[in-house]
Amino acid sequence: MEAPLLHLALVGTPNSGKTSLFNALTGSRQKVANYPGVTVERKEGFFVTPQGRQVSVVDLPGTYSLRGRSPDEEITRDFVLGKASGETVPDLVLCVADSTNLRLTIRLLLELKRTGRPMVLVLNMFDIAARRGINVDVERLAKELGVPVVTSIAVRKGGTADLLTLTDEISAKFAAEPQENSWRALSVAELRATQREADRIIADCVSLPSRPDTWTARIDAVVLHPVGGLIVLALILFVMFQAVFAWAQPLMELLNSGFDALGEFVHAALPAGLLQSFLQNGVISGVGSVIVFLPQIIIIFLFILLLEDFGYMARAAFLMDRIMGGAGLHGRAFIPLLSSFACAIPGIMATRVIDNKRDRLTTILIAPLMTCSARIPVYTLIISAFIPARDVWGFINLQGLVMFGLYAAGIISALGVSFLIKFFMLRDYAPAPFMLELPDYKMPRLKSIAIGVYTRAKMFLHRAGTTIFSMMVLIWFLASFPQPPAGATEPAIDFSLAAIIGKALAPLLAPVGFNWQIAVALIPGMAAREVAVAALGTVYAIEGGKEAAEQIGQVLATKWSLATALSMLAWYIFAPQCASTLAVIRRETGSWTWMAVTFAYMLVLAYAASLLTYNVAVALGAG
Amino acid sequence: MTDIHDTRPQMPLGLAQRGYTGVIQHLSAGDAGSALSDIELESRLIELGFVEGARVEVLHEGLVGRDPIAVRVDNITIAVRRREAMAIIVA
Repeated sequence: MEAPLLHLALVGTPNSGKTSLFNALTGSRQKVANYPGVTVERKEGFFVTPQGRQVSVVDLPGTYSLRGRSPDEEITRDFVLGKASGETVPDLVLCVADSTNLRLTIRLLLELKRTGRPMVLVLNMFDIAARRGINVDVERLAKELGVPVVTSIAVRKGGTADLLTLTDEISAKFAAEPQENSWRALSVAELRATQREADRIIADCVSLPSRPDTWTARIDAVVLHPVGGLIVLALILFVMFQAVFAWAQPLMELLNSGFDALGEFVHAALPAGLLQSFLQNGVISGVGSVIVFLPQIIIIFLFILLLEDFGYMARAAFLMDRIMGGAGLHGRAFIPLLSSFACAIPGIMATRVIDNKRDRLTTILIAPLMTCSARIPVYTLIISAFIPARDVWGFINLQGLVMFGLYAAGIISALGVSFLIKFFMLRDYAPAPFMLELPDYKMPRLKSIAIGVYTRAKMFLHRAGTTIFSMMVLIWFLASFPQPPAGATEPAIDFSLAAIIGKALAPLLAPVGFNWQIAVALIPGMAAREVAVAALGTVYAIEGGKEAAEQIGQVLATKWSLATALSMLAWYIFAPQCASTLAVIRRETGSWTWMAVTFAYMLVLAYAASLLTYNVAVALGAG
Repeated sequence: MTDIHDTRPQMPLGLAQRGYTGVIQHLSAGDAGSALSDIELESRLIELGFVEGARVEVLHEGLVGRDPIAVRVDNITIAVRRREAMAIIVA
């Protein structure tokens, strides 16, 4: 008979290398979902031990204690205590420690022991500790703590072998293990006593060198310099956005021509008619025009994950804390807001690291103003169609500069909105504390980064394959039916449902320079902002008939005035229409009101910005 | 008390300049004026390693108002605002 699935849970402080251990154990066999009822990310992975035991491992949110002062930390506490709804009590808790920094983890472990769960202390990054001259008496530590202790080097091949062997040994002699749970929230005095106990054990079992990590000190001397640090931060962001625009270009062109060729093939292989039109214009060009942006999404996540693994993200929060504080934001909001550059949804979900409710709410409200990757398709399309690709001052690409300007506009308006929220809505506001560990720098490991990027790319493709695909089918339907009467001379789309809706909305959008085709495209853009590009493609491709295999951009360049193009860019700085973002806001704030507030304020800003841009541009002769 | 640090005057860490080194004498959450309750602030400080007897060094300061500060606490570095650091009495 096969042994039942063994359930492991990873617990540890933030920066303990928990996630790289998780990646090392499970590779790409991971499932990312949410815990029921809350939007805390639940990461589960699977592996098989050397003895052939099937194991499920859950990577719990990082925490310093079991007090549960945020939704994340509550999950960790409830999971370990077996109180999380619908979850199996873990058979074995792996408490993961950064070997170079044991103080906080040993205290956490002493607290965890009270829960009575079988437990192992994993001394992760043991190689780094050894290199720094930190000497751990593993046997003595195990005896003092009363739990097995195992060393691991998550980032090296075979670095988890001891842990796997131990897992087998422990799972073989299970039955008797679980003990009484005597955990309850610690008082301040108990907390202090636990830390003292932890410090005593460390003094007995660990010899620390007097020299700190010199590399971290050297890098921080530059990176945390009050002025130099901000310059470095600005440079990093600038390089990141240039990379997103420039490096991704060749790959995107390749994908683009691939989809074009596929469309041509279908066009040639099938007889003219509805099915041909559906496959070529609805499916291939629609989904293709979104998948083309995969390279950019990969690059953005590559940067974010690299910076996070390296240990820079916490430094960025340190540098930005007071500057963002001036706009009413918490330093910790920097990480969620930076993630929002990829997508507001993970960004809004990442606001859970902010434990003050008001700080969190403000961050959630402005996160959608960060230029998410879904806007990139729209920006790229319009910029490459209307902004000449020449260099200014010899070395800066004008298109890249406009892109940078759009990002900057998003950031500035976010800070402005945050300031207004602080000023008008949350007036009796006392700043919440900013306390954050600045971990030692670590060389990012390719495998871990690759797994992270792969997971996110998969999520994007999944979305392209489901939500976006169904929206593409819907818009193709709207744009194709009803069919024109026989002998009609106008383009077929003029008779369609899409045209009817677009034309009904057009008067509202005429003051900002939008024609009815844009109005049509904005509707499916509700599903995901980037769909607007595909929708424009569909609308114009179907309207254009056979020569529509041409670049959408070239079509737009002939159909739109420069003023309309600029107005569209201004609209997309705010772009209120993203149903998934709004849904996440509702879930995270637990309130329809805040969702409505977000939609309304973004709509007003978008309309106002477009109105201004269009009229100024027309006045300057770009109409 | 016959601590060697008796000779140095006690002060809140929140007033320390960059380069200051000292040892934590006690925590006094009531003096910090933090948005957190005294118990919560004290718990969090302890959880990040700010306990009596820990060696601290102010490594870095932010640009605006020399705030926040990056503090070496034994062998880890913690970023904290000066307002909360007022609760940490050092000498």
